Amino acid sequence: MDFTDYTFQVIAIGTAILGAVCGMLGSFAVLRKQSLLGDAISHAALPGIAIAFLITGTKDSNILLLGALVSGLVGTFWIRGIITKTHLKSDTALGLILSLFFGFGMLLLTFIQKQPNANQAGLDKYLFGQAATLLIEDVWLMAIVTCICLIVLLLFWKEFKLLLFDSDYTKTLGFNVKFIDILITSFIVLAIVLGLQTVGVVLMSAMLLAPAAAARQWTNSLGTMVFLAAIFGAFSGVFGTVISASQNNLSTGPVIVIVAGVFVIFSFIFSPSRGLLFKQIRFMKNRRDLELHKTLAFMYGIAETHQNISHPHTIKLLNHFQGFTKKTLKALEEKNYITISGTEWSLTQEGFKTASNLYNQQSNNDE
Amino acid sequence: MAKNIAIKVDDLTVAYNYKPVLWDIDLEIPEGVLMAIVGPNGAGKSTLIKSILGILKPIAGSVSIYGKPYHKQRHLVAYVPQKGSVDWDFPTTALDVVMMGTYGALGWIKRPGQKEKKAALEALEKVGMLPFKSRQISQLSGGQQQRIFLARALVQNASIYFMDEPFQGVDATTEIAIINILKELRKEGKTVIVVHHDLQTVPEYFDWVTFLNVKKIATGPVKDIFNDDNLTKTYGINFKVSVQE
Repeated sequence: MDFTDYTFQVIAIGTAILGAVCGMLGSFAVLRKQSLLGDAISHAALPGIAIAFLITGTKDSNILLLGALVSGLVGTFWIRGIITKTHLKSDTALGLILSLFFGFGMLLLTFIQKQPNANQAGLDKYLFGQAATLLIEDVWLMAIVTCICLIVLLLFWKEFKLLLFDSDYTKTLGFNVKFIDILITSFIVLAIVLGLQTVGVVLMSAMLLAPAAAARQWTNSLGTMVFLAAIFGAFSGVFGTVISASQNNLSTGPVIVIVAGVFVIFSFIFSPSRGLLFKQIRFMKNRRDLELHKTLAFMYGIAETHQNISHPHTIKLLNHFQGFTKKTLKALEEKNYITISGTEWSLTQEGFKTASNLYNQQSNNDE
Repeated sequence: MAKNIAIKVDDLTVAYNYKPVLWDIDLEIPEGVLMAIVGPNGAGKSTLIKSILGILKPIAGSVSIYGKPYHKQRHLVAYVPQKGSVDWDFPTTALDVVMMGTYGALGWIKRPGQKEKKAALEALEKVGMLPFKSRQISQLSGGQQQRIFLARALVQNASIYFMDEPFQGVDATTEIAIINILKELRKEGKTVIVVHHDLQTVPEYFDWVTFLNVKKIATGPVKDIFNDDNLTKTYGINFKVSVQE
């Protein structure tokens, strides 16, 4: 594969920009617990593509995506309407609109395919995406939308953050919650529509969610999270394009999504503060520490009864009252809390001090 | 107590679906009181303050703050929502949440600066949370989260404070810390309205009380109206709360 190839470069830049903008906006969707929204919007865009083709008869991607945008927005506002006007829960509304619009879109696609017109082939690329059809104009469009999105994000950062965290409170401060909400949602719709050509209706929501879910694992700051999600998204785009280009006939969209998925899995396991691996390690270390403390406290109880705290006692004594392992004793010795000679142990000054402070320390750590 | 009326509610009726949650509420809250709103679950306590704050749209009725509608008097009002109403796993720090209290005065687009940060740090100090300013909010205890919410309202430097169950799920230390701050606010002449659940502490904490159960049952000074009669009317069962004098 020739990485200096112009077509390859266009596709790689396009998917990188797409990944970045989806990552940024996806962070908001994830934090608002609207993960399904992206899925619903992308599926809702399908009939728009078909209708735009039926009306204009052209396959110009800009016009088809305009149709996608309109029907995506219609779907979104229907979802909002259903949630606010009826008793249905939001997942029901999302699922309903998703399948209804997608079903209608598929109906129209099959209708188009039956028409005696040679022009209709290739509309189904919007189902799973076809990055190879990206043109430099498409990439420019993505870049412009991303820039606008970035500017809006920076301008309304404070308002977005406030709304994401506490929308009722936002209202009492006098901000127009509806406006902020529509602003965020519109950009999410825009990003999804831009990605349809590359990743397709079916997989688009993964582009939105995966980088954001991965980024959340690494940071406790909203700014860093959005930034990381953009980076993860961009890298997924580039890596995905490289992998699909170097393996013949691998579809780019699914590869990008799988790369993004790898970011997620890696983050879930290896993130220092939230990752499964370190959580397990911390859990085990905690248990070990507690075991040590428990044994030390027991020794302290015995040593206390003697005038000389360093008076040696037999190891057997421990065995009678509480299970200990050679490892525990060795660990205690390594920490200089006890000394062992033969079958006897004795507390050191340091061990005595530590043991007598054990519980006090614990209650100090609480607050 | 011939005082100004801080909040006036006229004929307020609120419904989510068909049944009204609040029915024809008339209420006058004088300036400078520390008032509890009490009533059983579903009595509309939270709904009442949310309607006063314009979060919910009433079916009928009006609310005025110092004689003017709420949206003109926003700067005079601060709100402490129920702790459970937000996701505490949100990626942000304690200081950041308190800074949000300054956003209203800043208005659209303008970013908080040094002045806002200083105010936020002062508020954190007041609630005894300064050492935790950089903590991720999910790593705070329930009581600490409640104090952060209180600090966020204090930053607004308002005249009227609305609090939705600030004592829910907090430990005794925090409860005492919070009530002391509320009493401090009253001393400064501010009006504090608290949705409250623990009837036992009403006489000790508050000087004004409103009994609510869809309709307003009674409102007035605790020493005059906090009695078995009103409690029975509100809670519907024969009530005997020994008011410790």
